[in-house]
Amino acid sequence: MITLNEALIALGGGVLIGTAATVLLAFNGRTAGISGILGGLVPPQTGDANWRVSFLVGMVLAGLALSTTLPDAFTTLERPVWTIVLAGLLVGVGTRLGNGCTSGHGVCGMARFSTRSFAAVGAFMVTGVLTATVVGQLLGGVV
Amino acid sequence: MSDQRILAVSFVSGLLFGAGLVISGMTDPTKVIAFLDILNGWDPTLAFVLAGATGSHMAARPYLKRRFPENVASGMEKKTEVDRQLLAGAGVFGVGWGLGGYCPGPAVAAVIPALGSTVVFVVSMIVGMGVFRWLQGRGIAA
Repeated sequence: MITLNEALIALGGGVLIGTAATVLLAFNGRTAGISGILGGLVPPQTGDANWRVSFLVGMVLAGLALSTTLPDAFTTLERPVWTIVLAGLLVGVGTRLGNGCTSGHGVCGMARFSTRSFAAVGAFMVTGVLTATVVGQLLGGVV
Repeated sequence: MSDQRILAVSFVSGLLFGAGLVISGMTDPTKVIAFLDILNGWDPTLAFVLAGATGSHMAARPYLKRRFPENVASGMEKKTEVDRQLLAGAGVFGVGWGLGGYCPGPAVAAVIPALGSTVVFVVSMIVGMGVFRWLQGRGIAA
């Protein structure tokens, strides 16, 4: 379990994410869905790539800027490399097939009460919990 | 709006988004796995992050609809019905998420500080997105 302070920090970080989505929608008319923003660059389309790159550079720089202050936030899993490759492939193809991820469906879609987004969040939560729990039992904990 | 302003807004939004993910602990895949794995000392952090993010954006939407109606309309997904591709895709994404502990945003924000397996994850994810385009090109996916 977590402390009240940790819960409040998580809530506050969440509000920053929600504010980012609000800013992008208000001024650019875009959904802050990371799989969509990145997927739109695979391959890049003329006239549509710059705002995507700009957003992603902002995200990368935010991580870089906070890496010395919050080094524990960048822990990685000690898992065989093939599991990481498989995980990345499934996340890439799955989020594009499902037209969104935790941000596009979870934050933006649910905030506008989209039926598709509630269905998508339900689906990825169920398979995410099943996968993590089964793998956790097989490997004996978070590793 | 000028091109420069569009780029500046995107950049600031990306910065805020990335900072929110780092501060809330979501760039740590062990924390995400500890939320999804319900049999190993459950960590509810992710639920608080989602509540803060979705809740604050939800609260802002009535104002956005009044003040920026065209932008709010253009930011909507065109499809409205729940179909098999949506559920299959989200289901596949969940398997990868539960296995690697990263969804797209946190992996991008963590890529430089974490390096190593995070770079492997991001490259694999981009390849997966390319696989989707290939499926689309062959008419297997819409």
